[in-house]
Amino acid sequence: MNAPVNSKKLIKGATGDWEIVLGLEIHAQVNSQAKLFSGASTEFGGDPNSHVSLVDAAMPGMLPVINEECVRQAIRTGLGLNAQVNLRSTFDRKNYFYPDLPQGYQISQFKSPIVGEGEVIVDVSDNETITVRIERLHLEQDAGKSIHDLHPTLSFVDLNRSGVALMEIVSKPDMRSSEEAKAFVTKLRTILRYLGTCDGDMEKGNLRADVNVSVRRPGEELGTRCEIKNVNSIRFIGQAIEYEARRQIGILEDGGSIDQETRLFDPGKGETRSMRSKEEAHDYRYFPDPDLLPLEFDQAYVDDLAQHLPELPDAKKTRFIADYALTAYDAGVLVAERSSADFFEDVAKGRDGKTAANWVINELFGRLNKKGEDIAASPMSAAQLGEIVDLIGEGVISGKIAKDLFEIVYNEGGDPRQIVETRGMKQVTDTGAIEAAIDAIIASNPEKVEQAKAKPTLLGWFVGQVMKSTGGKANPQAVNELLKAKLGIE
Amino acid sequence: MTELTHLTLAEARDGLKAKSFSAVELATAHVAAIAQARALNAYVLETPEKALAMAKASDAKIAAGTAGPLEGIPLGIKDLFCTEGVVSTAGSNILKTFNPPYESTVTKNLWNDGAVMLGKLNMDEFAMGSSNETSAFGPVVSPWRRTGSNVGAAGAGGIEGTHLVPGGSSGGSASAVAAHLCLGATATDTGGSIRQPAAFTGTVGIKPTYGRCSRWGTVAFASSLDQAGPITRTVRDSAIMLRSMAGLDLKDTTSADLAVPDFEAAVSRGVKGLKIGIPKEYRVEGMSPEIEALWSKGAEWLRDAGAEIVEVSLPHTKYALPAYYIVAPAEASSNLARYDGVRYGLRVPGRDIAEMYENTRAEGFGREVKRRIMIGTYVLSAGYYDAYYVRAQKIRTLIKRDFEDVYAKGVHAILTPATPTAAFGIGEKGAADPVEMYLNDIFTVTVNMAGLPGIAVPAGLDPQGLPLGLQLIGRAFDEETLFAAGQVIENAAGRIALPSAWWAKA
Repeated sequence: MNAPVNSKKLIKGATGDWEIVLGLEIHAQVNSQAKLFSGASTEFGGDPNSHVSLVDAAMPGMLPVINEECVRQAIRTGLGLNAQVNLRSTFDRKNYFYPDLPQGYQISQFKSPIVGEGEVIVDVSDNETITVRIERLHLEQDAGKSIHDLHPTLSFVDLNRSGVALMEIVSKPDMRSSEEAKAFVTKLRTILRYLGTCDGDMEKGNLRADVNVSVRRPGEELGTRCEIKNVNSIRFIGQAIEYEARRQIGILEDGGSIDQETRLFDPGKGETRSMRSKEEAHDYRYFPDPDLLPLEFDQAYVDDLAQHLPELPDAKKTRFIADYALTAYDAGVLVAERSSADFFEDVAKGRDGKTAANWVINELFGRLNKKGEDIAASPMSAAQLGEIVDLIGEGVISGKIAKDLFEIVYNEGGDPRQIVETRGMKQVTDTGAIEAAIDAIIASNPEKVEQAKAKPTLLGWFVGQVMKSTGGKANPQAVNELLKAKLGIE
Repeated sequence: MTELTHLTLAEARDGLKAKSFSAVELATAHVAAIAQARALNAYVLETPEKALAMAKASDAKIAAGTAGPLEGIPLGIKDLFCTEGVVSTAGSNILKTFNPPYESTVTKNLWNDGAVMLGKLNMDEFAMGSSNETSAFGPVVSPWRRTGSNVGAAGAGGIEGTHLVPGGSSGGSASAVAAHLCLGATATDTGGSIRQPAAFTGTVGIKPTYGRCSRWGTVAFASSLDQAGPITRTVRDSAIMLRSMAGLDLKDTTSADLAVPDFEAAVSRGVKGLKIGIPKEYRVEGMSPEIEALWSKGAEWLRDAGAEIVEVSLPHTKYALPAYYIVAPAEASSNLARYDGVRYGLRVPGRDIAEMYENTRAEGFGREVKRRIMIGTYVLSAGYYDAYYVRAQKIRTLIKRDFEDVYAKGVHAILTPATPTAAFGIGEKGAADPVEMYLNDIFTVTVNMAGLPGIAVPAGLDPQGLPLGLQLIGRAFDEETLFAAGQVIENAAGRIALPSAWWAKA
């Protein structure tokens, strides 16, 4: 919290610099077939109230029974966040009335969460890395959904989500800019997706953030914070923070003070507005849920889960840099999604890692990004791209031809080696044929020959002409050498 | 046919087995008795057709030799247990028309063992009360009358005179069992709701160890204290019935993963060599001399049967009642939040959601329930939680430890009075000061706070001719010792004279 102030992160106000202090509470829906305390399905998109058990509807006499899969996923997430896993935790009731909360309370973990302190390493930019400390992770029930726009005077309630397991992951106030906060959520999402503990789908609301924003003069005590509830995209998180920080700075610079309150972000207007003040805050009357025994498991269980954890992005990145001689940037891009990293490794295995990375990142990702698609949508397999890389390495095709080949395989599919064969895309290394082409060009351009002898950089023009006349198939290295010899330049 | 209703559950079971009578005959006799006893208001819903259909099925099973342990035994069910397709109200207006699509585990266990359902029994609203006066269906009348009282049957199936309460909250269960309107009844006990009405009506009631019976499908009052148990006319009958009610239920994570013993086998075990504790702290001010005398007599009976009687100390007893009236309302305030008019039960419209909540709960809940919701909300609120709820939980731990210390010294069970007085008249208590009513639980709440088993056994009559009961408190999951010791008291006291059916409609 009292880390040295990074002057680059400060916001210029009318009366001087301000530092933003950000802490996040991420609500991540646990990847599980059934809800946290009932056997009802967690499937998204069912008809309203089609995934509701007697427990979810809080019928009289119903009792919660913990879903072990959700516990397992929470522990795995804790391990992925390098966090303390608590062998004993308890469930509490958070009491409040709302139509989409059938029990009249949410079962959550208030006093003793399943996961304690941990940390996440976040790459903010090419050369900047921060550590965001995790305060806790706890399991809790999601609420249902109130629908207010289907009837002129009544509201409807859909309980499909009611009782679905959420992990609330709380960070310490360790972020100092919207960029850092966005990078943190992105990284957290990546870790969750690697672990398979949350699909991270923010559009479906499966990952959402409460953002705590305060501002202060650099080096001073923490300011009063406002909590922006339920922001459901990384872009909106950035916008909400920017707006909120400037709003608070504006108030403070005008001599006002910040009221601690809960606010909502309106993506349409790009602004936050007050939802309820501290005085209107609920008294949740937390107390231990008497229907549930303390949640207990042994260290051996945790150790076993730890042993079977997949390789996580940080470790994978380090390995990519070491094993494939990638830049930190390229490795970072590749590990952002587990599927991308796996695709890259399939391409790179037994080949030149750097070339593979170039083709995966620049060509394939470039192509997919244009359409907003991810690696799963790639029409080209790792084997196909690998073969293109092989053909370059073997000198069968030139880099330029390789791009044409990529286009063909991307659009039409097929075996790259066969395509090269049948479409005559093979690089010409027969010096006789290249020599003939060079001779013809020299003969018809005597002036250029003279100029080139005086200014060797003009060699490039000749290379281009030769490539053109050979349909790009001439081996560029051979062309270069032959031209130099014939033009008599070193 | 009437004498069929005067059999004990064990006798009826044996008679059915011997084919001395049929399950249909047994059910029919009870259905007729219930119809004549509506003045007692013990049943809130009679299910005669269901009873006869179930009895018919039982007869078929008996004939086929596939009878269950309770085959053909007609029972009354406290209306706190949800019964599939049969309205289950918890004695409240807010659930007056609630028809559950599911069966509570306890009742399902009973039906699986062959029992027959006669109907749903009246009770204090949400099991909150000690006299059955808080029921939305009106009070239950005790079949017992003080000697020379003016209580009697009036025209049109009514009652005249100031009748006695059967105790609560399982007042319908106790009254129905005492009045021979069923062979046994399910009941529940959060602070004494099985044992106090059993004591008031000369019946036997056991609250088993917390976790012995599943709570699934039973409307919750205070989850950490609620426990189901039977009320019957004999100790043996309670043993038989509890065995069928109990058992591990994966739908209730607080239910115990322990085999259910053959409780009936323990009934004739005797108490030879057992150490029975008499806690000095239970000698409270204002206890009636008859109760005190009865308590001594109970100790003598046990000693005569071969038990060693020792004085023991449960030093935190006096804190139990106030702590209970924090813990139980706290849990209740949360458990009852679901009755909001949104999904089921009563809904009284309002201009907006908040007003709908207010209107629904204002009309749906009675005074006592509202009082406890308010107490519970208060003790859990910010700034008061530590002073009330946390301290009450600490007291609870100390009470538990009191019992553990006593049992660690080799004591097998503890003998206490079940109630400080005999039954009182309707309207006599708690009208001005609710605490007066709460004091009924003074000997029973400690047992719920500690999660232990406790049985109330009738032990005699007071000078007014009203039954008095003694309580035996056991070690966790040792209900068997309670049945053994309870039987010794039952043998010594003799089956106390049951009231004549003065209420019966001609």
